[in-house]
Amino acid sequence: MNALEVHDLTVAYGDIRAVKGISFTVKQGEIFTLIGANGAGKTSTLRALSGMLKYGGKVVYQRAEIDGIAADKRVGLGLAHVPEGRGIFGNLTVMENLKLGAWLRKDKAGVAEDLERGLTAFPRLRERKDQAAGTLSGGEQQMLAVARALMSRPKTLLLDEPSMGLAPKLVQDIYRVVREINAQGVTIVLVEQNANLALKIAHSAAVLETGSISLAGTGAELLSDPRVQAAYLGA
Amino acid sequence: MDYFAQQAINAIQQGSIYALIALGYSMVYGVLTMINFAHGDLFMVGAFACLLIASFFPLPFIVILILVMLATGFLGALLERLAYRPLRNAPRVSAIITALGCGLVIENVVLSLSPYAKPMPPLFTVTGYHIGGLSVSTLQLMIIGVSIALMLGLDFLIRRTSFGMAMRAISFDAKTVPLLGIPLNRIISVTFLIGAGLGGAAGMLYGQAYPVIAASMGILVGWKAFVAAVVGGIGSIRGAVLGGYILGTVEVMTVAFLPSTYRDLVAYSLLLVILIFKPYGLLGKAPNQKV
Ligand SMILES: Nc1ncnc2c1ncn2[C@@H]1O[C@H](COP(=O)(O)OP(=O)(O)OP(=O)(O)O)[C@@H](O)[C@H]1O
Ligand SMILES: [Mg+2]
Repeated sequence: MNALEVHDLTVAYGDIRAVKGISFTVKQGEIFTLIGANGAGKTSTLRALSGMLKYGGKVVYQRAEIDGIAADKRVGLGLAHVPEGRGIFGNLTVMENLKLGAWLRKDKAGVAEDLERGLTAFPRLRERKDQAAGTLSGGEQQMLAVARALMSRPKTLLLDEPSMGLAPKLVQDIYRVVREINAQGVTIVLVEQNANLALKIAHSAAVLETGSISLAGTGAELLSDPRVQAAYLGA
Repeated sequence: MDYFAQQAINAIQQGSIYALIALGYSMVYGVLTMINFAHGDLFMVGAFACLLIASFFPLPFIVILILVMLATGFLGALLERLAYRPLRNAPRVSAIITALGCGLVIENVVLSLSPYAKPMPPLFTVTGYHIGGLSVSTLQLMIIGVSIALMLGLDFLIRRTSFGMAMRAISFDAKTVPLLGIPLNRIISVTFLIGAGLGGAAGMLYGQAYPVIAASMGILVGWKAFVAAVVGGIGSIRGAVLGGYILGTVEVMTVAFLPSTYRDLVAYSLLLVILIFKPYGLLGKAPNQKV
């Protein structure tokens, strides 16, 4: 079964056409990655999928068309989005950020359990749970953004450049976490400039170039494709 | 000394009213970064709603207070829904001009219904107490008590509840809020409802303290409370309260010790001096500290 089917998606900002009619499918339970250079339209694509932006084309999520559904309602369907730049509320504490992630949930006991699980998975967050989130380091903020999105118990997680601005060690940590989340059955749509990393963990992948998909295949196929190597892997 | 203590009580009373109104400006600025210039007129509507309800139904003070807050609250939320929401992404100046326009409309609707100032009947029998040389009335205690109770309630709401967290999250980064499943528009509506409700409560209390009410009563008081909110730090809840009490104190003390015509001159000079040293207000944050 497909988690997501994207048909002829377009996004425009006034006269600027950022995404020019792309189509792809993401299978249930896989890691799908969209790689591309600066300004290729990766973030615009994710924003369309989560309903942050108006778009053209059709998005089918879990077999249902979701085009008329507002962003906050899509979260209720199990579609969570960790935005570019992390979107942490710096004026709220770490704990408050996490609690807001569970906004739509009514099962108090389950939320408490998930909070505990999140703080155990990210011990740095536990140490800082009552601290304003704005005082966290970049890596800690990224952890918080992911942990917060997990509080909604998503079925599909959209991740926008989780490695951006992080030291290599932290990037490894984040990628390990992404894999663990996926191993628990969450479908992942990962957007990255860091093609090498993303393709290594991706089951399938596509290359976005100035708003269009130029190549698609499995992660391994793209990793060994000479065009990808030349353009994105510096080989 | 007694004279000073007496004036201090008056200052707390006046400050409570400014603080209640200033909260509405600051809350709305927090979620929409716009100044709701119709807010002073919502304060006025609170006084008229009180008069209307009290002249038909002899209800207890607290019940009238709740009805007044609901009425002005819903009017505030309606204003947001009909007038400000369509301009959410328009330049801020358009929204502000719209707010000024809405204020004028409200004012003139009330004026057409009530062309002359109206006396406000007392809602309960006011008795005075004398403690030493000091005199305090039950009305003063009521105004101060109700205001403080409302402010403590608001503080609890903002600091301890999910709604409060969402409201603070919006003031930091509104566009990310829906990504957590939080209905942005509903939180903004409720913010207007609460802010306008507090303004309406202030109008009702003010009408009891100065029992002649008129359609124009919200203009000057509204401007002053706006200044209080800016001095406290617009967007800051505690700042609005602080600014309100500072303004009330400065006004009352100026009149107490200087010719009364100096009131606004001294009060606003002092507030301008504060802004020179603290351009974002006493408890406000520079906008770029967000990132
Ligand atoms: N809010 C906006 N207004 C106008 N143009 C925009 C806006 N956001 C993005 N664009 C433009 O749309 C195009 C695609 O941008 P997008 O952010 O989707 O790219 P990206 O692949 O995420 O890039 P990066 O790797 O740098 O994050 C770019 O040309 C960009 O300048
Ligand atoms: Mg991007």
